[in-house]
Amino acid sequence: MKKYDAIIIGAGHNGLTNGAYLAKAGLDVLVVEKNDYIGGAAVSRELEDGYWYSSCSYVCSMMRHVIHRDLDLTRHGLVLVPYLGTLAFGDNGTILTSYTAEGPNYNELKRHSAHDADAMFRLYADLERYSVLIRKTLLRTPPDPTSFKPRDIRELLFLAKTFWDLGEAELYEYIRFFTMSAAEFLDDYFENDFIKAVMATPGIIGTALGVDSPGSAYILLHHVMGDVDGNIGAWGLARGGMGAISNALAGALKEHGGEIKTDAPVDQILVKNGKACGIVLENGDELYADIVVSNLDAKRTFTKIVERKDLPPGIFERAENFKIRGSSGKVNIALSGLPKFTGVPDNRYINRGGQAFIGSMETLERAYDAWKHGTWSEDLFIESVIPSAWEPTVAPPGKHWMSNFIQYCPPQLADGPWTAEKRDAFGQTVINKIERYAPGFKDLIVHMEVRTPFEIENEIGLTEGNIFQGELTIDQLLFNRPFPGYAQYRMPIKNMYMCGSSTHPGGGVSSACGANAAREILRDLRKPNTVPEDDCYDD
Amino acid sequence: MTDQQDPFIGERLKLSPFHPRQAALNLRDSWEAWNGYKFANYYYDPEFEYFCIRNTCGTYDITPMQKYRIEGPDAEAMLNRMVTRDISKLKVGRITYVCWCTDEGRVIDDGTVFRLTEDAYMLTSGSTSNAWLKMSAFGFDQVTVTDITDDFGALSVQGPTSCEVLKRMGLNGIENLKPFGFMEFPFEGATLMVSRTGFTGDLGYEMWIKAELGLKMWDALYEAGEDYGIQPYGEAATSMARLEAGFILPYVEFSESLKTVHHKHDQTPFELNLGWLVDFKKPHFNGREALLEQAKDGPEFILTKIEIEGNKPAEESFLYSDKACRNEIGYVTSAMWSPVVKSNIALAMIQTKALNGDIWAEISYRKELKPYWKVAKCTVKDKPFYTPARAKKTPPPRF
Repeated sequence: MKKYDAIIIGAGHNGLTNGAYLAKAGLDVLVVEKNDYIGGAAVSRELEDGYWYSSCSYVCSMMRHVIHRDLDLTRHGLVLVPYLGTLAFGDNGTILTSYTAEGPNYNELKRHSAHDADAMFRLYADLERYSVLIRKTLLRTPPDPTSFKPRDIRELLFLAKTFWDLGEAELYEYIRFFTMSAAEFLDDYFENDFIKAVMATPGIIGTALGVDSPGSAYILLHHVMGDVDGNIGAWGLARGGMGAISNALAGALKEHGGEIKTDAPVDQILVKNGKACGIVLENGDELYADIVVSNLDAKRTFTKIVERKDLPPGIFERAENFKIRGSSGKVNIALSGLPKFTGVPDNRYINRGGQAFIGSMETLERAYDAWKHGTWSEDLFIESVIPSAWEPTVAPPGKHWMSNFIQYCPPQLADGPWTAEKRDAFGQTVINKIERYAPGFKDLIVHMEVRTPFEIENEIGLTEGNIFQGELTIDQLLFNRPFPGYAQYRMPIKNMYMCGSSTHPGGGVSSACGANAAREILRDLRKPNTVPEDDCYDD
Repeated sequence: MTDQQDPFIGERLKLSPFHPRQAALNLRDSWEAWNGYKFANYYYDPEFEYFCIRNTCGTYDITPMQKYRIEGPDAEAMLNRMVTRDISKLKVGRITYVCWCTDEGRVIDDGTVFRLTEDAYMLTSGSTSNAWLKMSAFGFDQVTVTDITDDFGALSVQGPTSCEVLKRMGLNGIENLKPFGFMEFPFEGATLMVSRTGFTGDLGYEMWIKAELGLKMWDALYEAGEDYGIQPYGEAATSMARLEAGFILPYVEFSESLKTVHHKHDQTPFELNLGWLVDFKKPHFNGREALLEQAKDGPEFILTKIEIEGNKPAEESFLYSDKACRNEIGYVTSAMWSPVVKSNIALAMIQTKALNGDIWAEISYRKELKPYWKVAKCTVKDKPFYTPARAKKTPPPRF
């Protein structure tokens, strides 16, 4: 029976990145995937003729440039295209347009509040300061603060120096930042409620926190720390949809001799004498390897595919209690034409990029309240993008597909399990809200895919449909991710590793988790490191 | 002012036939000048426009590029005497890239030659070439050179959807046009010439139309391109795309010989890595002796594509063979962060003998006004930084 050097469970983008680096280092690698398609949550699927949905993740800003370049992902078909301009819709016809150039953008903010237009400069400076800092940690293995190994001490010193460079006052601010709510954080800058709401939305995307919950300020930072070609805070689209990222990574993996096996759900990780030695598929097939890497989230890994008896005491419980609450929905819509938004001129640049259907700070917090009570708000928050308006490959000419990300949608409903009817009612709520801002919108709908946490969990395997593979709160970040003592990608079972977003630096299509895990594996194998350093250290 | 003559009339730039439409879309009022024409640096956002070239389709006004009709039984001989490439092999309907030199083998300019008929050519060049062409025609009795620059509007249409847009505009058969070929189509009672050429390294075409029909052509093109992401772009985006394609610019990579003050400040084709344009097998041409001489030992410096570690563009950098920056071996001519390959790229003049050793770039950059300095490792690249397969495919893919 064949034995691989490494088997990676889950062909999401981090699993593929991990596999590509291990294969590049000469290992015999197999990536197994439960679905009949690869990509996990970075996927493009043609669910309606000629329309390619990025079914889950839909925009990209965290992908590490250095990995893109190092694995030659452009040659494997990946082109990331920035998109411009976002329209934010408030109550009573209020609209805030974000323009590409500073001058018009300032004028637009000033129309809402002269004070806030000025304060925006300070906010951007502060966010950039924090972003520059945190980006330096993305492609590094977090140090173990309790260890006296030279490399841990070195890494701790690196962190200390990086933070110390902020200056004393900013250091205090930064520490506060991790525990503040998005609302508290923004209160320091803005007086206009709608501007605050617009700026608060990155603080709630993907998280089971509200704008008023402690911790949502960091989520905000996590969403703006990425960049497109050095423009921090900008977002891009993958040409061909998010699946283009996974396909390019798979191309790199295969070029280096790695294999992918789809339709291969894993039942269990095989452990012998305390060492991982392979996997058993749900169909009973056993596959052997010296190393097993799980790209599944920490909760799923340790409660579903590892036998409890193989774990040291306490790990099962930690995994059970790992914060991975589902809170988001996704509605993908094929459209026969571009929606026309009330009060928005036919500006070829701004009326087709992104839209944020908000309301007010109150709307956002009420939407969170509904989630807590196991239902959804009739006035939920929708973040939309129309990728087909920016790149020609995902819809027929003149037709469009619209990605709608919804906050909040509960993983369990108060009135019983999710059903097809309830799912459709959720979808209806979403299009009702959009219709309010774009009359006639419903008539444009050709096809719709509604995804609640229930579908996301069942199709993609993210527990509760949590897009980050675990909340990004300070108790689960850096050397605490996924659990204290296990942040260096090595898991409590020998020869077993994790490489998904449950590990540092967390959620987002960055390839960083997968690359960092590969570096640690190569280190244990005493092979030369082939995972590059980040290219952002001069920023 | 209305009944007064514009006092600045003599100082204002010429307007291209496409100007009214371009001016309406130039939201940033960012204009420059090229050969006396008003010409956009960018319209909305340079990076966005760059991405139209790589992602959808963009149009770039090349009206200011100089166009000459060279005609008569001696046209071929005259051109062959002038340029370094053998154009006697060029068939009707085909185009070739050429450069021409002084007797000392120094590059005067580069451009393209279209063979329009057996006896007629069109030569394009970045800078005005009337005087040099007149001198080059000396001794050839049966040739006329006509400057047709102002008679035509020329528009480059570049990007992955460019062919689809032209098809939709009604240019039947355009998908069968091969790179470096041109076709003619009837348009509003006149002829629209379309060549499969460009300056971006991507799929693309250039459209040539009588100046008075420029706006009509623009409107037809933009109507066809509405659903294909059509957008005008200017010099800023061009400069990015051409660097990724490894193409050179006058006043950036080379100093036009006839305008160069110091005899060591201009370049030979070999130094510009354009040795493949020099054909010693053909009859005598300008600069042949000097170039033969240089071909013996090879040039001292050669224009080289390099990739530089980190993300700080190596603009105006000196290059060294050692990290301590003691032994200077060259200098960067253009540098940028490439958005499509996510890499820090540059063209650089490097001592030929130093090419096989280490190359380090001394990079200075600023963060919020404060200057910083670093030394970064460079790697020589043989191929252009970005070469999408669609650029060479006939028929090209849909996008």
